[in-house]
Amino acid sequence: MTVGGPTPAPQVKSLNCPGCGASLTVRSFGHAVTVVCASCHAILDAQDPRLKVLEKFQAAEGEDPPRIALGSRGVIRGTAYDVIGFERRTIRVDGVPYSWHEYVLFNPFKGFRYLTEYNGHWNDGSILRSVPDVSPGGSSLRYLGETYKQFQTANAATTFVLGEFPWRVRVGESVTVSDYISPPRVISSEGTGKELTWSMGEYISGRDIWKAFQLEGEPPAPIGVYENQPSPLRADVKTVWAFVGVFLGLLVLLLVGVYSLARDEQVFEESYEFNTNAQGEASFVTDTFELKGHTSDVELTTRAQLDNEWIYLNYALINQDTGHAYDFGREVSYYHGYDEDGAWSEGSTQNSVTVPSVPPGNYYLRIEPESDPKHGTIPYTVTVRRDVPQAGFFGLGVLALLFPAGLLTWRSLNFEHLRWAESDYGAAPDDGSLLSTVENAVDSLKGSIAGDDQ
Amino acid sequence: MTQPSANCPNCGAKITFRWSGCVQTVCQYCKSILVRTDLDLEKVGQVADLPPNSSPIQMGTEGVYGSHAFVATGRIIYEYDQGNWNEWHLRMNDGTSGWLSDAQDNYAITFQAPGRNLPKECHIGQECTWDKQTYTVSTITQAHYRGVEGELPFQYWDKSDVVLVDLMSHTGKFATIDYGDDPPILYLGEAVEFENLKLKNLRSFEGWS
Repeated sequence: MTVGGPTPAPQVKSLNCPGCGASLTVRSFGHAVTVVCASCHAILDAQDPRLKVLEKFQAAEGEDPPRIALGSRGVIRGTAYDVIGFERRTIRVDGVPYSWHEYVLFNPFKGFRYLTEYNGHWNDGSILRSVPDVSPGGSSLRYLGETYKQFQTANAATTFVLGEFPWRVRVGESVTVSDYISPPRVISSEGTGKELTWSMGEYISGRDIWKAFQLEGEPPAPIGVYENQPSPLRADVKTVWAFVGVFLGLLVLLLVGVYSLARDEQVFEESYEFNTNAQGEASFVTDTFELKGHTSDVELTTRAQLDNEWIYLNYALINQDTGHAYDFGREVSYYHGYDEDGAWSEGSTQNSVTVPSVPPGNYYLRIEPESDPKHGTIPYTVTVRRDVPQAGFFGLGVLALLFPAGLLTWRSLNFEHLRWAESDYGAAPDDGSLLSTVENAVDSLKGSIAGDDQ
Repeated sequence: MTQPSANCPNCGAKITFRWSGCVQTVCQYCKSILVRTDLDLEKVGQVADLPPNSSPIQMGTEGVYGSHAFVATGRIIYEYDQGNWNEWHLRMNDGTSGWLSDAQDNYAITFQAPGRNLPKECHIGQECTWDKQTYTVSTITQAHYRGVEGELPFQYWDKSDVVLVDLMSHTGKFATIDYGDDPPILYLGEAVEFENLKLKNLRSFEGWS
């Protein structure tokens, strides 16, 4: 024989409202402190066997129906909970009311939990069992090694209630609510004076709520950015910049390697004169030169003595053994003079062209110059260099790295900007991090631009 | 191990003690409050019917705290202006006694902590430091004993109104000062999660498994 033995199982109670006679259900057993009649909006003392009426509030028929019906059971973070209460709370900012909804959840072993919903943004929360360490100025707090930044303080009034509550709920009563954020979490204090209740919420998607309670249809799309909504980008930004750093390092190494390993060898140089008045075939072929080593680029430079003249050269780099030809043409022109703005010049007496991926072998050039017959004789020099390092790929690589990283950072900053625009501060507090520094710089830049517009 | 037993001086029912340190118990048949003397049991009062209470814990609920198994052998139900809560008396398997508080399914385990300096009066927000741990007064509750069940480590029956001061730390540590005694008694412990207590032999709730 055990002492005491099993106590009778508590049951969900069905009662009748003393005001209008409508039936009421009490699902949180003896925990309910107040219960609200959905028919006549009487707030009743659930601890009183006669259900004394504590207050009656005005509400329209069917006003503010909960998105999750009272009595629904859902599984939140692995534990089943019943929705037992629902309230609307309203704050006023510059006279404009903003309302959110709170759902009271109950499990007879784990106790109470709360869901809040504002403009399609959901939070899953519970009461904290320790006091967070608030900074002297109150601009931030520490909890379990994490810093939360003060976001908003407002006076929240209860404006609509339904179901049962484990506390004395009244319509019209208000308390000061302060939110401190560290997305995806938010810590809130609630209360009057020093007697504060602390709770922590974690952002949860509407889709997860719909799944947990097996609700029909789609959850309403969230509007705007919510205070503790995790940025879809912020974590990525750090990762991306880490990658950018690593790849920039690799690029520099590659560049150093390319420069130190490149042969950069002059294989041919010859000077010619082109008589523009000469008749007949202008084209000719050069002596043969050898391109050594592995397949790599060939840089051909043309230097011409030009004075308000132009010369166009049709080149063919021809492999003597295979007959394979690389055809290309280059114009070299140089003009200069004086006008009302002073001296001017256009073009250059020199031009370089790179032929990529030329296999080794014996090559010669076929050159066919063209120009205006009135230019007379134009002397020019042709130089061929083998395996010349190219810095162009480096620039492209840097761009390919910086552009997406920059875009992501900008989008992340924009997200944070939208978040903090809704706070008491209107902008992110400066916590000394690089991101917040950039953020504030961007904000002040935007501010100064906006200032210029006015 | 045979447990010490005696008979109820009021109705003659057999009273078995689960805990050797027990000072007081309640006869489960006639609800007489019995105080243990050297030889015998003395009836000192009668328990009124317990109020409806929704704690999932009951007499005989077993669990684990730290490295010690425990069993709930008694309880006090306190009543205050927002309802009631339970202080379950635990017999730890090392023979000591502890308390499992269950207020609206918020659980905390505490142990009596004698020999500390206690403030004469408390106000919300006041800080106290014991064993190098700082606590802040979070609530001051005017309560009264509403009922008792089972074995308790002290005689409760002549008490009624009490002032209980709850303190919390930044780290989940928890303290209660019971000003119902003179001198007041300090209990130190911590907030605990239901699932971490690995409770067995719980009550059942209709519609919940």
